Amino acid sequence: MGGIRFILIQNRAGKTRLAKWYMQFDDDEKQKLIEEVHAVVTVRDAKHTNFVEVISVADSLSVLQFRNFKIIYRRYAGLYFCICVDVNDNNLAYLEAIHNFVEVLNEYFHNVCELDLVFNFYKVYTVVDEMFLAGEIRETSQTKVLKQLLMLQSLE
Amino acid sequence: MPAVSKGDGMRGLAVFISDIRNCKSKEAEIKRINKELANIRSKFKGDKALDGYSKKKYVCKLLFIFLLGHDIDFGHMEAVNLLSSNKYTEKQIGYLFISVLVNSNSELIRLINNAIKNDLASRNPTFMCLALHCIANVGSREMGEAFAADIPRILVAGDSMDSVKQSAALCLLRLYKASPDLVPMGEWTARVVHLLNDQHMGVVTAAVSLITCLCKKNPDDFKTCISLAVSRLSRIVSSASTDLQDYTYYFVPAPWLSVKLLRLLQCYPPPEDAAVKGRLVECLETVLNKAQEPPKSKKVQHSNAKNAILFETISLIIHYDSEPNLLVRACNQLGQFLQHRETNLRYLALESMCTLASSEFSHEAVKTHIDTVINALKTERDVSVRQRAADLLYAMCDRSNAKQIVSEMLRYLETADYAIREEIVLKVAILAEKYAVDYSWYVDTILNLIRIAGDYVSEEVWYRVLQIVTNRDDVQGYAAKTVFEALQAPACHENMVKVGGYILGEFGNLIAGDPRSSPPVQFSLLHSKFHLCSVATRALLLSTYIKFINLFPETKATIQAVLRAGSQLRNADVELQQRAVEYLTLSSVASTDVLATVLEEMPPFPERESSILAKLKRKKGPGAGSALDDGRRDPSSNDINGGVEPTPSTVSTPSPSADLLGLRAAPPPAAPPASAGAGNLLVDVFDGPAAQPSLGPTPEEAFLSELEPPAPESPMALLADPAPAADPGPEDIGPPIPEADELLNKFVCKNNGVLFENQLLQIGVKSEFRQNLGRMYLFYGNKTSVQFQNFSPTVVHPGDLQTQLAVQTKRVAAQVDGGAQVQQVLNIECLRDFLTPPLLSVRFRYGGAPQAFTLKLPVTINKFFQPTEMAAQDFFQRWKQLSLPQQEAQKIFKANHPMDAEVTKAKLLGFGSALLDNVDPNPENFVGAGIIQTKALQVGCLLRLEPNAQAQMYRLTLRTSKEPVSRHLCELLAQQF
Repeated sequence: MGGIRFILIQNRAGKTRLAKWYMQFDDDEKQKLIEEVHAVVTVRDAKHTNFVEVISVADSLSVLQFRNFKIIYRRYAGLYFCICVDVNDNNLAYLEAIHNFVEVLNEYFHNVCELDLVFNFYKVYTVVDEMFLAGEIRETSQTKVLKQLLMLQSLE
Repeated sequence: MPAVSKGDGMRGLAVFISDIRNCKSKEAEIKRINKELANIRSKFKGDKALDGYSKKKYVCKLLFIFLLGHDIDFGHMEAVNLLSSNKYTEKQIGYLFISVLVNSNSELIRLINNAIKNDLASRNPTFMCLALHCIANVGSREMGEAFAADIPRILVAGDSMDSVKQSAALCLLRLYKASPDLVPMGEWTARVVHLLNDQHMGVVTAAVSLITCLCKKNPDDFKTCISLAVSRLSRIVSSASTDLQDYTYYFVPAPWLSVKLLRLLQCYPPPEDAAVKGRLVECLETVLNKAQEPPKSKKVQHSNAKNAILFETISLIIHYDSEPNLLVRACNQLGQFLQHRETNLRYLALESMCTLASSEFSHEAVKTHIDTVINALKTERDVSVRQRAADLLYAMCDRSNAKQIVSEMLRYLETADYAIREEIVLKVAILAEKYAVDYSWYVDTILNLIRIAGDYVSEEVWYRVLQIVTNRDDVQGYAAKTVFEALQAPACHENMVKVGGYILGEFGNLIAGDPRSSPPVQFSLLHSKFHLCSVATRALLLSTYIKFINLFPETKATIQAVLRAGSQLRNADVELQQRAVEYLTLSSVASTDVLATVLEEMPPFPERESSILAKLKRKKGPGAGSALDDGRRDPSSNDINGGVEPTPSTVSTPSPSADLLGLRAAPPPAAPPASAGAGNLLVDVFDGPAAQPSLGPTPEEAFLSELEPPAPESPMALLADPAPAADPGPEDIGPPIPEADELLNKFVCKNNGVLFENQLLQIGVKSEFRQNLGRMYLFYGNKTSVQFQNFSPTVVHPGDLQTQLAVQTKRVAAQVDGGAQVQQVLNIECLRDFLTPPLLSVRFRYGGAPQAFTLKLPVTINKFFQPTEMAAQDFFQRWKQLSLPQQEAQKIFKANHPMDAEVTKAKLLGFGSALLDNVDPNPENFVGAGIIQTKALQVGCLLRLEPNAQAQMYRLTLRTSKEPVSRHLCELLAQQF
């Protein structure tokens, strides 16, 4: 069954800026996944694809049978936006879903930077829930999402 | 701190976050957090009732603390209270706290059900969405029980707002995934399908996901979705790039919805209704046509969105596998992507083509791209792309191209990443077996595998070649000849010795007529490898020897002498000792007839599924099978290559091969004692009066044997080589000992140390290098009290090395007294770049017994490094100058030693390059430069090592002006960390 397993935003040093889980993991598993994702993603450069079916470290990843999952990621300045999906899911659709999400954040926070995500962490969750829900893409229209976010912002 | 002002509303929270960020140490952070926790606790416990704002602020602080990784054991009640607030911001924080922390405290759920119920009934769309998101985020069974009945109602109610419908659809999806039994199908299902017609594209986007999930378990209930999905898709695909306004993304209309609709259609076979099918085929053609149109934007977002739809379209075409025209068009499109400048597209094209290769309609079209795919295997930088290329070659392989593909994969194997070598070995072995027209090619291929990647050739693979050779008498003579030749190589892998030993033991007689491979020659060739091998291999060889006694009676005396030698008969390893004792006795007491029966040629193996295919499937995991055993494509293959028919005799004959096929800790093949039938025979033999029932040497014997060297007239002398020639050529010396590479590695970054040590001899090294010259002192220490005779260490240059490296040695005294040390001086000149080190062959006689082994001399190309200091600017300029792909070599690898910056520095300096500070913007990284000095030329080298402590991995990049040098240095250095 397809769909998103988790969304992670991490910086180069491995600090998590957002972790959104769409499957049941216990805390140890979450921590392990966060570390594994950081390890496989940060060693890649522009000549690599934006997709990782974890290669050599897969064996150590007992939490998931990693062959059934893949990480689609994109780097923006010092931040890595990573989405873990089913191995059969559409790579480019999720790659652009990341970008769509980043463009919304950028608009919402007026030139978003890492600190915005730190200080407004509770708002980032709202943005995520507007665009992704239950591991699926919920809304893709930037206009509609931003309109909704501004409406919520105006509420007390 | 500009963002502080953005934390609008909750200034206290922003200040707290700032404080945490300013903490200089973990301790300071914990101190600050504890202070805050105490503060919040006192506020929550205080007499004064907190207002909503303060409650929200403190709950939010607790959440922040939790997200930093600290446990939170209070505040849950306050969070639950926030849910009943009328204010959105307070409710939102309450729901967020619960969604994030619910894992660690499931009792919370019961407390919040009431609040959720109220919000769902509130008719306030914002509150309803908050409640639905909470259910979707938590997704527990308890929530399913409480709300699974309400949500379908909200989803299909006429008066629900669009945003509520979106959330309700996905909320229901989550509950259905978690506990399908709680979501009964009902009259609402038909109405859900009609959401595909909804005006609001966001509602459709959410609903398609729900329908896709539901229809997998209830395909008939949702069948009507096919025509609705086709017409929706058709409207999107044929719309102009701006028609859909909000849902157009970089000039692509509704890419995500299109992808989702195409995936929904993959849950069903092609539409039965001709009109629907016609419309759908039109859609698919339109997508393929659009791929050929010029892009409407140069942005990657545009092409990605467009190609997301294209790849999903191709998936649907492959899923239907019924439209030859579309399949071939898809293949041509992917063929264009194979050469695209974007790595992502090349990767996805290879992946997608892999499935096209298994369709009978497109298999031939895929094959036309073979050269491009082979090229990808050779040149792609990303290992996962190379992996896909290897997968595709495997998938497109058939009898017509098997030889080409297998030889390319073999070539790739020489440089392949360690992570995928074993898989490539398996694939080559399978293809070679499956498409072998003549079995000599198969045997050659497997022996090549062992030669190139011996370490990665698993038991399954070399067992299999033995099975096939045993079962096919037309290849046995060829196999014997080939292994015999392979074993003559100065260095051959232990797996080669195993295969060679087994095959010669069975079929050595087929080549014994040729004087160049006469029985004594065969035997001494095998026995020359014996001492360098592991116990398991030596055990196998002992079985070969006893088989030789049967095959070649003329070798009996020689072999008996070997078995009788103290090193066998009293071997510390029980298995070896037992074999030596039993085989010796068997050969002495059994009549020729009995011997011939016991040691008869192995019966054919019963044919089962190829054990290597099974292994590859295990590696790939479930679901990989279909692509692997593609019998449907080439049904004729079963006749020739499906295996050998079981012969009736094997069915009734229990043979040791039964274990061998079981592939667990099987005893080495060809060990008659392991077989029940043969075992009985042996018992009979041992019961005979002539047999010595001793199971091992008596203590006295053992004691004596240690004191006294074997008598000089020991038959062992038969095997001893004549007085060593003045300068043996490479063919006269044995292969390097198995540890030779490991020993060599120790000297890559240092010049002095102990190169080798065993019970008899220690070899120390001291060396210095300047420019392209070096001097090395070797110290040979006799650790025994007995004189070594005919002591002759020599340096040999295998292959081209003679033209690359000149080594002058002085002869040393032929006798080394017990406890004494002799020194040998080597003058070394590097003529040009070289990749393999010279070999050091050491031979001497100890107590009359010849000793010989070969080491790798610790002279590697980096010894001729001249460190070069340069400024950052120069470094970058040169780095850029060396930007051709072949000038760069890169490796990403796991740390084998603790990652200590000082140790790393020392190793890099020992490696020979200069270390440049302040060049890499990241101070954790190491950057070095140097020039390799050879007589003929100089090679400039730049290197960069990036440790990743978190991942315990390194990335090493080398750029030099010579391709092999980059690769070689990269390999040498990568093994040091």
